[in-house]
Amino acid sequence: MNEPRFPLGAAVQIRRAWPPGHVRAPWYLRGCSGSVCHIVGEFGNPEEMAYGRYDGTKLMLYRVRFRQSDVWPDYAGTPQDTLEVEVYENWLEPAQAEAAA
Amino acid sequence: MSDSHEHSHPHGQPHPFQPDIEDTPLTHHQLLELAVGELLMEKGIFTGDEFRRTLEDIDSRNPADGAKVVARAWVDPDFKARLLTDTISAAAELGVDAGTIPIMTVENTPDVHNVIVCTLCSCYPRLLLGLPPDWYKSRAYRSRVVREPRKVLAEFGSKIPDSVEVRVHDSTAELRYMVLPMRPEGTDGLSEADLAKLVSRDCMVGVTLPDSPLK
Repeated sequence: MNEPRFPLGAAVQIRRAWPPGHVRAPWYLRGCSGSVCHIVGEFGNPEEMAYGRYDGTKLMLYRVRFRQSDVWPDYAGTPQDTLEVEVYENWLEPAQAEAAA
Repeated sequence: MSDSHEHSHPHGQPHPFQPDIEDTPLTHHQLLELAVGELLMEKGIFTGDEFRRTLEDIDSRNPADGAKVVARAWVDPDFKARLLTDTISAAAELGVDAGTIPIMTVENTPDVHNVIVCTLCSCYPRLLLGLPPDWYKSRAYRSRVVREPRKVLAEFGSKIPDSVEVRVHDSTAELRYMVLPMRPEGTDGLSEADLAKLVSRDCMVGVTLPDSPLK
């Protein structure tokens, strides 16, 4: 197994990108910051496999936890409510990068 | 053929017939699904018989398997620990074949209530819980439960106290999710089989809570 780029607890952000085609990062989370809560393991990249382009390389998959209030500025629940989502490594970048930019 | 069917409607009043499924044209993706299926059979990847058997197997799964697993977890803490680590192996201990796609069991506690959705499509632990209900696949559920989960849960009759964290799991990739609900009050004397009866499909998706027999 390749070393995960992001350790457990790392502050990460889902890339703010809108490529066309079969894309597996939910649109509503693009640009949102959260933290890695689970390193799931390596899997074939479904965004390539969807087009029959799988070459055997593996991509690390994480579960990332977001605070709902960070995802939805007008979130109506309570401040401790969260959302967890599976995100492949190609969609993640360090959360600080955006803050510093 | 004798015309023994007694027509109760006066003539001249046409009553609506149930539409045939062929009355609506196939969508692009339904057509694609048929075409790919036929191609795979033509190429000998699998036979029509194998295809039918697989569909029959999927259709035969139902939430009772999941309920059995939950009930065991309620009575056996060691089993619960194994279930939370490796759901497929734990289910196999009870003779339940939960398939090969990894399933993650998320545990409700006094502090956290879990609820499952797949916003991208309709990923669901089908081999453990059977086919998903239609509402699970609806755009309304998929878009709203990530946006206003407490409101959606309230519409299902589930009022989650503000002191409890609502944790939504968006099942977008390789894992499928099942909620392990909390064992309801007033169930101390119940057998494992009776406990399983309290566990509905919807509480393993996380939109409801198991009923307490005290209610």
